[in-house]
Amino acid sequence: MIEIINVYKSFRNRPVLDGVSLTIRDGETMVIIGRSGVGKSVLLKHIVGLIYPDRGQVIVDGQEVSNLHGKDMISFRLKIGMLFQGAALFDSMTVGENVAFALHEHTHMLDQEIKVRVEECLGLVGLSEIERMKPSELSGGMKKRVGLARALAIKPRVILYDEPTTGVDPLMAGTINRLIVQLHDKLKVTGVAVTHDMSSAYKIADRIAMLHEGKIIEVGTTQEIKNTSNPIVRQFILGILEEPELKR
Amino acid sequence: MNTDSGSEAEARESLGQRIVQPLGERALALFAYLGGASLLLGQTLASLAGLPWGKWAAGILLPWRWKALHRDRKWQLLLEQMEKIGVASLPLVFLTSLFTGMVLALQTAYQLQKISATLYIGALVALSMTRELGPVLTALVVAGRVGAAITAEVGTMRVTEQIDALECLGGDPVRYLVAPRFIVLLIMLPILTLYADVMGMLGGYVIGVYKLGIGSNLYLGNTWDALRLKDIFTGLFKAGVFGTIIATISCYEGFETTGGAEGVGRSTTLSVVTAFILIIAADCFFTALFYFVFP
Repeated sequence: MIEIINVYKSFRNRPVLDGVSLTIRDGETMVIIGRSGVGKSVLLKHIVGLIYPDRGQVIVDGQEVSNLHGKDMISFRLKIGMLFQGAALFDSMTVGENVAFALHEHTHMLDQEIKVRVEECLGLVGLSEIERMKPSELSGGMKKRVGLARALAIKPRVILYDEPTTGVDPLMAGTINRLIVQLHDKLKVTGVAVTHDMSSAYKIADRIAMLHEGKIIEVGTTQEIKNTSNPIVRQFILGILEEPELKR
Repeated sequence: MNTDSGSEAEARESLGQRIVQPLGERALALFAYLGGASLLLGQTLASLAGLPWGKWAAGILLPWRWKALHRDRKWQLLLEQMEKIGVASLPLVFLTSLFTGMVLALQTAYQLQKISATLYIGALVALSMTRELGPVLTALVVAGRVGAAITAEVGTMRVTEQIDALECLGGDPVRYLVAPRFIVLLIMLPILTLYADVMGMLGGYVIGVYKLGIGSNLYLGNTWDALRLKDIFTGLFKAGVFGTIIATISCYEGFETTGGAEGVGRSTTLSVVTAFILIIAADCFFTALFYFVFP
């Protein structure tokens, strides 16, 4: 379980998170929606300890993230996989080396075992025969899938998706959505995705939370969010610039 | 009267705000910068302890371990950096120091001819190159060529979230990105400096012998007589300090990069400028120190 309790974070005196509280249950896929620049990625990075809160707590499986250091932090991070917005593949390495990175560094697997695992992970995301290619030779959608394969290599229990469908064509977005749903159904991993792509959110989410002006203003199942009466959420999910309620 | 003193106070206050406050902010930023860079240097030194030194030493010394060493990923990374930072800088260092040696010989000849002392050009070039110009020019050239490249690479990794990804996969950015570059600069800069010393003296020799007509043996003898090991070693020590400065500043600027491609450009410029200033300042400090400690 991931508990985000009353988290405050500001950058250069500009508050980004202004008292965020959210609980993500084991095995569910939670989608956090909100406008660009509202701090969704910042919130996601708090979960894996890339950013520490100014105030408040982030607790994952009973461990407070900001208290973890050294080896504890490494073993904690290896339970979490993260798919970055631009995939963030290491461009000095080949695709195979990217996927194998954590296996080489943190396991005692033999080279042959690692090779099999890399193929297996690339297979999971529907790619094969690209181990020797460099990230610069891949398309945006392929990069995202390799990024996902890299996150899966260490068999994480939680996967964080930062804008999984942004910047890829609709067909590829559909493929990525299907992958996320499969991971949720088959491997029972907990998922946290941030996105502003509502069609993707509806496909992958068990629950949806909306982040607005530094706070979570609504949490509910997909159906509850669709039928919400909150004008700001309605405005966002329907993509209407100005709702009558907001005009007045 | 009252309004006058009121406006005077206002003027004073605005003067304070306009001058003192920005100055204070700049000073704070400077200390924050130096503190951050020193912290990175400390972390780098601490991470060096975690590297497999014993395994590498055995790998180099024992021929039957050469193959295993060749497959070691961290060793490969180190060799790759040595090639990129050291070997690839050779042509530039060659040109800079050769021409500097030549110019030095010509310019001093201009003065020394007046007192018929051109004989001492060999000594002058050798001492200037080993004590001062070899280390400093090499460091400046490497800071421009390699420091900028390091900042651009690390900065791009920062803005494309590759450093975040590295941390997420349980990697330590200091150990992966800074430590290898630090070790390589610490080894390669003194080697490049030695090379620059020799090339500078060669430049001086060419001018001294073929242009000014000093006898070859006389020139060389004059050079050997003047040179002490102390001169070479203080130069090499300075090169080590400059290597530390380049590695620390270029990686620190890379880590602190924000704001996409524009940010990478900005931090690359800043990295080179800061490294230049610190190299010159450190040079001044150590030259003075050596002057008084080893007279």
